[in-house]
Order: sequence, then structure tokens, then C-alpha cells
Amino acid sequence: MTFTHAVWLAVALPLAGFLANGAIAVWRPGARGLISLVGSAAVLGAFAVSLGVFVELLGAPTQVPIVVTLWPWLPVEQLQVDVAFQVDQLSTVMLLIVTGVGSLIHLFSVGYMREDPGYARYFSYLNLFIVFMLVLVLGANFPVMFIGWEGVGLCSYLLIGFWYDDKVNADAGKKAFIMNRIGDCGFLVAMFFLWRTFGSLDFAYVTEHAPEMLPAGGALVTAITLFLFLGCTGKSAQIPLYTWLPDAMAGPTPVSALIHAATMVTAGVYLVARTNVLFALAPLSSTVVAGIGALTALFAATIGLRQYDIKKVLAYSTVSQLGYMFLGVGTGAYVSGVFHLATHAFFKALLFLGSGSVIHAMHHAYHATHSHEDAQDMRNMGGLRRYLPVTFWLMMIATLAIAGIPPFSGFFSKDEILAAAFARGGDRPIYYLFYAMGVLAALLTAFYMARLMAMTFLGENRTGERERGHLHEAPWIMTGPLVVLGGLSLVGGAINLPHLVGGHAALERWLEPVMERGAGIARLAMPTGSTEYLLVGAAVAIGVLGLILGFRATLARPVLPAREAPPDTGLALVLNRKYYVDELYDALVVRPVAWLSRVVLWKGVDQGVVDGLAVNGTAWVSRLAGGGLRLLQTGQVGIYVVLFLVGALWILRAVIR
Amino acid sequence: MPPNSLLGPSLGLSAILFSLGVAGVLLRRNAIVLFMCVELMLNAVNLTFVALARLHGAGGYVMVLFVMTVAAAEAAVGLAIILAIFRHKHSVDLRNINLLRG
Repeated sequence: MTFTHAVWLAVALPLAGFLANGAIAVWRPGARGLISLVGSAAVLGAFAVSLGVFVELLGAPTQVPIVVTLWPWLPVEQLQVDVAFQVDQLSTVMLLIVTGVGSLIHLFSVGYMREDPGYARYFSYLNLFIVFMLVLVLGANFPVMFIGWEGVGLCSYLLIGFWYDDKVNADAGKKAFIMNRIGDCGFLVAMFFLWRTFGSLDFAYVTEHAPEMLPAGGALVTAITLFLFLGCTGKSAQIPLYTWLPDAMAGPTPVSALIHAATMVTAGVYLVARTNVLFALAPLSSTVVAGIGALTALFAATIGLRQYDIKKVLAYSTVSQLGYMFLGVGTGAYVSGVFHLATHAFFKALLFLGSGSVIHAMHHAYHATHSHEDAQDMRNMGGLRRYLPVTFWLMMIATLAIAGIPPFSGFFSKDEILAAAFARGGDRPIYYLFYAMGVLAALLTAFYMARLMAMTFLGENRTGERERGHLHEAPWIMTGPLVVLGGLSLVGGAINLPHLVGGHAALERWLEPVMERGAGIARLAMPTGSTEYLLVGAAVAIGVLGLILGFRATLARPVLPAREAPPDTGLALVLNRKYYVDELYDALVVRPVAWLSRVVLWKGVDQGVVDGLAVNGTAWVSRLAGGGLRLLQTGQVGIYVVLFLVGALWILRAVIR
Repeated sequence: MPPNSLLGPSLGLSAILFSLGVAGVLLRRNAIVLFMCVELMLNAVNLTFVALARLHGAGGYVMVLFVMTVAAAEAAVGLAIILAIFRHKHSVDLRNINLLRG
């Protein structure tokens, strides 16, 4: 029995944790120690299994994925779908990220959620999320992946609306759920097409037979990939379906770190990387993917410039970084996309958990003085470096990583994506535009991150005189995971160190068996020599420039606390209101549907046709008929007898005939 | 495992689930619970369809999709009614809903 063949254990352990914590939530919701132990141990166990799988795969590399079939699921004539898990290089990378970062975030949650009455419910949902996320990355065919895809959506909904007493949170959960359904519809349609074409939904079969069964650049493969990408725009928060992700920050902060930054939202990138052959066969779709990615990266970064809620800045940053990943996979640099996925998981989880640590301190300070100020508004922070030194330095590492400063992890992955986009520009010039958008987004990224750090940690403290004494660093159970993530953000780039700095592009070689088909079709000649040096130099310069501008602009004049701050005007207001996209969607979609429901369906169909015609109409007909027939009831026996006789004779006549 | 070896247990489970649903509808007074019991019965029937589809071809699977669709529509309408009742009476206890009593 090898780890690879026991990979189902990685799913079964968190599932057991979910069931156990669910049971505890019902019978012993106060048993915090037990809940933390079960919840964390389940995920750590899954991480151990993942490590085992990884070591085995390292020892015996395989060119074809190892499929572990558990049981037949849908054996319907030609449609044969098994519940099967696929172990290959790509799913192993995802396994390690999901269970590794997941474990750290479970540990952080032990401290962060300590005083929450829904402690057991929280950990059971979190474990359930790990279950579905692992099903998503391990699934050996589209339907099994789709179970995970829908399951993580469910857990996302449950955890965004975790504090459902507040209607705003419940609404944010609903918004995420409904936006995702739009994308999932695309995923389903793509599956129908795939089944019509291949007669199979297994990844291995589709990957192997795609080049011969689908003409490159044909309408069919373009349609399939565009529908798949529609699914990605929902799950991975890309234009036009991104608006749910910033609202999703209504959930607890560790949830934002795990689900809405490190793992679930990267599922779309994983899907494109998994089906890289299909996307490579459809250059038009790939261009759409890269274009939407670049546009989202730039668009979300501009919104991030003028947000005051610390988590909102990070949310738009996540949308923007996901855009980078799609730019990478849309360019045909599938490994770079996955590489950025990995480094982003480290530094963005660190940023979110760090902001959780800040919010934790702010919340306690305001709680201690019974103040009702906003604990997430950066205008109420400032100078927190003195009170939260560990958090400050760790978040600084993450900031340098996301801004693309060498040798931090984000530099290598972001640089690779931009270089790939530039290289693709050689045969498709529109990619030069995408490259320029990516570079501009990188500048803005460095700027808003510097602004976040400066407003939060530097300058004068604005929390309030009485509150200041209550600000303190989080307990070790929260800072511990931060330190680990800080280390990963620092050296995470080493997993795919380019040849330029003497590395061996380890991740690229590791993922080769999965990506070679797609990469072989969508050939990409990466820049070398002086061009490469120039691109790297430009990327570093942009990052440094953005950071300097961001720090200087923010520290130039004092920030006023949220209570005293004047309202934004002009462009700042437009950015702060997120370009009014939510209002636009409300006017274009929500209100017409509400109008249709109210005026046509309710007043027209329900009250008019159903109530009016059907219900009242029937009653009216009955009453009319009754009123007519009542005239026969005269009460005079003679008439009854006459009628009886007529009737009897009539029957008699019929019988005799 | 031969394909039919699960038929008996599946039908048995289906029967148990259906009986639970019927018992719930007859005995419980909370509209939401009642509603869930109806769903339970529908799913018990679905399980029968799926189990027997192994023997009699894909028709059963198709039927399940129809049942699911109808159940989803029914859930929407049913929940809307329950919501309307709750707004009106601040309770979803069926004993309080007796306007039509003669």
C-alpha cells in the first residue's frame, strides 16, 4: 500500500474532521480544545499524506498520470464516469499548497476565532472546504472535479455568511453563490460539448486524443475553451464576474486568506493548466484568457488604490494577481501561471493573515474601550509598527514579494509571466499591449501595497488615546503560521529559480509531463540574453518605483481618522466606489429581473392569470352554474315527479334499444 | 462486484427513507421540517429510479433529472410560501395555519 494509492486518505481525513466537528457543534459546542485538535489534525494528516505522495512521485517520476479509481459513479450506457483521483505532478503541487497553507490557516484560526460562539461550526466548514478543494484538484475527470468545484462554492458561501446575523454578510454570501452559478453554467456546457466530442470525460483521454479529434483553431475547441473560461471567470473572480470577491471579505479573515486568496479562487487557473492542450489548440480563446487577465490585473489594481478597508485593498489585489495568472496561462506559459499561483498562495495568505493579526489587535483595543470605530479602516490605524513588530516585518516581506522585488518569491513568478507575454508579442502583437498592461499593473500593485503598509504601520497612530494602550501582538499560535509563510514568501521563488540566476527551473521540469502537450502546440520562445536582462531590469525598476512613490505619497501629508476624514471627490470617489460596477450590474440585471418578477410574474401572471382567471374564474363559473341550476329547485313535488318520469323513460328507451 | 448486488440494499434504503419522510409529514408540525420530509421522499424515489436503472436502462436516470428539476421548482415555491406565512404570522407551526377550518 503506497501513499499514492492511498491518496483518498487526504480527502477522507478532513471529511472525518468535518463529520466529527459537525457532531461536536451539535452536542458539545463549548469543547474548544477538542475542536481545534480534530480540525487541525485532520488537515495536518492530509498534509502528511500529500508529502508522502510527493516523495513517492519524486522517487519514481511518471510520464502518465496515476489514476486511482475508487468506485464507478455514473455507469450509464456510453457515459462511464468513475469516482477516481489522479496523481500527477500538477495535482501534487496543488495538494501540497492546499494542505500546507490550509494547515497553517487552521492553526491561525485557533487563535483568531477563539472567542467566537460558532467555533465548532467554523472548523467543520473549514474542514469541509479542504475536502472539496482536494476533490477539485485530485479529480481524474471533469465531473469529479465539478463536484469539488461546486463544493468549494458551497463552503465559500457558508463561510462568507458565517456571521449570518448581519444581513450584509448573508447578502455577500448569496452574491458569491449566484455569481459563481453563472460561471458554473459555462463549465457544464463545456462538459456537454466535451462528451459529445470525445465520449469520455476523463482528463487522460481528453488530453491524449484532443490534438487528433479537435482541429486546431476550430470553432468547437474555441467554444469549449471559452465556456470553460466562463467557469473560470466566476470561480477566479475575473471580469465580468469578479464583483463577488471583494464582498466576500465579509467572512472571517482566515477564510479570506484560505479560500478567497490562496486556494479556491486559483481553481480557474488550475483548470486552464489542467486542460492546457485544449487551450493551446484554441489560440483565440488563449488570447481572450490573456486579455481578460491583463485587463482584470490593471482594472482591479486601480480600484485597490483608493480603498480604505485593509481587507478590501487585499481583495482587489487578489483579483489583480489572479489576472496575472490568467495572463500567464493565456500566453501559453502554463508553468509560470502555476508558479505564480504557488508564490501568490504564500505571500497573499501571509498578507491576509497579517491583516487578520492587525484587525485582531484593533478589534481588541476598540472592544476594551467599548468604541464603535471601524477596526478594518486603515485611516484608524497608523504607527502600528511599534505595537505589532512581528506582523509588520512579516507583512513587509510579503509586500516586497508582491511588488516583485528580488529575491522575494513574487519577483520570479511575476517576471516570468511578463517575459512570456512579451515573448508572445513576437508572433501576436496584441500581447505587447497585454505586457504593457501587466507592467502598469505591477507599478500600481507596488503603489497600493506601499500605501497599505504606510497607512497601517507607519506615521502617527490614529487609533485613539484610550485605545492605544490595548494594542498588542497576537499570541504565538497566530504569529507562528505567519513566520512560516514569511519564510515561504522569502524563498518560495526557489522552486522555479530561472537559469538567469543559476537555477534549474525545477518547477518547470517537474511539471513537464503534464504541460508538454499544451506547451508543444503553443510554442513559446522565451527571451534570452540582453532582452532578458532588459525585461528583468524593467520589472525591478517598476517595482521599486511603485514602492517609493507609494510610501512618499502616503506619508507626505498626515492621514485623518475615518471619523474626521473628508469624503472623497472626483476620480478618487470613482475609484473608491469601484467604478460603480455594482450599481451598473444592479441597473442592468438585478432591477430588470425584479421588475419582471414583480410586475409581469406577480401582478400579471400570479394575480391576474392564476388568481384571477384560474382560481376566481373557476369559482365564478361554479357560482353561475349553481345560480342557473338553482332555478330547477322549485320545492314543488309535482315538477320533481314529472322530471323523474321523463328521466326514467329516457333511460328505459336507451336500455331497450 | 456484480452490478445487481447492490439492488436489494438500495431498494431497502429507499424504502426506509421514504417511510421516514411519510412519518415526518404525518407527525411533525413545523412547516420547514415537513418540507424537508417531502424532499426526503422525493430523493427516496430517486434512489429507486437509479437502482432500477441499472437493470432497465438509462430511462431511470433521465427520470431522476426530471424529479430533481420539479423538486427544485417545488422548493422555490414552497419556501416562498413558508416565508410569506412567517412574515404574516411570525411562526411556521402548521397548527396556527388554520384559516380554512370550517
